[in-house]
Amino acid sequence: MSPVLFWAFTLLMLAFGVSVILNRNPVASALSLVGSFLCLASLFVGLDAFFIGVIQVLVYAGAVMVLFLFIIMLLDLKAEQRRRFNPIALVGGAAVSGAFVAFLLHVLKSFPAGSRAFPNLGVERLDDVRLVGFALFNHFNLPFQTVGVLVLVASIGVVVLSRRELK
Amino acid sequence: MQTLTLNHYLLASGLLFSLGFAGVMLRRNIITIFMCLELMLNAANLSLVAFSRFHVGTDGLPNYNAQVLVFFIITVAAAEVAVGLAVIVALYRARQTTHVEDLQSLKF
Repeated sequence: MSPVLFWAFTLLMLAFGVSVILNRNPVASALSLVGSFLCLASLFVGLDAFFIGVIQVLVYAGAVMVLFLFIIMLLDLKAEQRRRFNPIALVGGAAVSGAFVAFLLHVLKSFPAGSRAFPNLGVERLDDVRLVGFALFNHFNLPFQTVGVLVLVASIGVVVLSRRELK
Repeated sequence: MQTLTLNHYLLASGLLFSLGFAGVMLRRNIITIFMCLELMLNAANLSLVAFSRFHVGTDGLPNYNAQVLVFFIITVAAAEVAVGLAVIVALYRARQTTHVEDLQSLKF
């Protein structure tokens, strides 16, 4: 991936992430989150993970965010009122995030494998979907079927939770 | 421009994760908190895909186990969003609020 594209998409992704946090209107937050996910999908494509990039756009930027916007509009949320902010949460959130980034920088400095450049792929064309499918159905068949059961349980759970009266 | 390394991707992923964490701590609207959780899950996905691309095996292919894991994370996250939003809707029906400071009946 060209460094210019990497920096452009990374900075855009982080800017949209900041905008998710700072916007008081939930609809604006959700749309910023869509932008952040699209930039992330382009980073995935830059990392030669085409299948993951496509399902990031289809599942996250498409289905999940439509669900979020649908619920925001269903609940008819107004912009969050300005209440007295909680200083403990403010200081705690900033401190833990700052400490996490500082610790990450410290770890990355002493991580020799991290400073290697992009390794070249040994193949002419990467038929990414076939390879992911091969790994999924050969080595991860049981987890794949378990995830299918999980999705079934989740959809039944949603139907039960959205009934008018919970017993 | 210097060449890209694995560290660049890990740093981008870490920054995205800490943004999501700061959002979970700072925001008071339960739906925005949920969106920040999604941001944190995606940061983990970015580092997994970067590890996959930078770990080229003897056959000259990226390590696809990491990408299968990302596939599972996306599937489980989608199921989690569906259940979580249903819980939020049920909560809103019972209390008419999505503000976390109004939901204190379990507070000690």
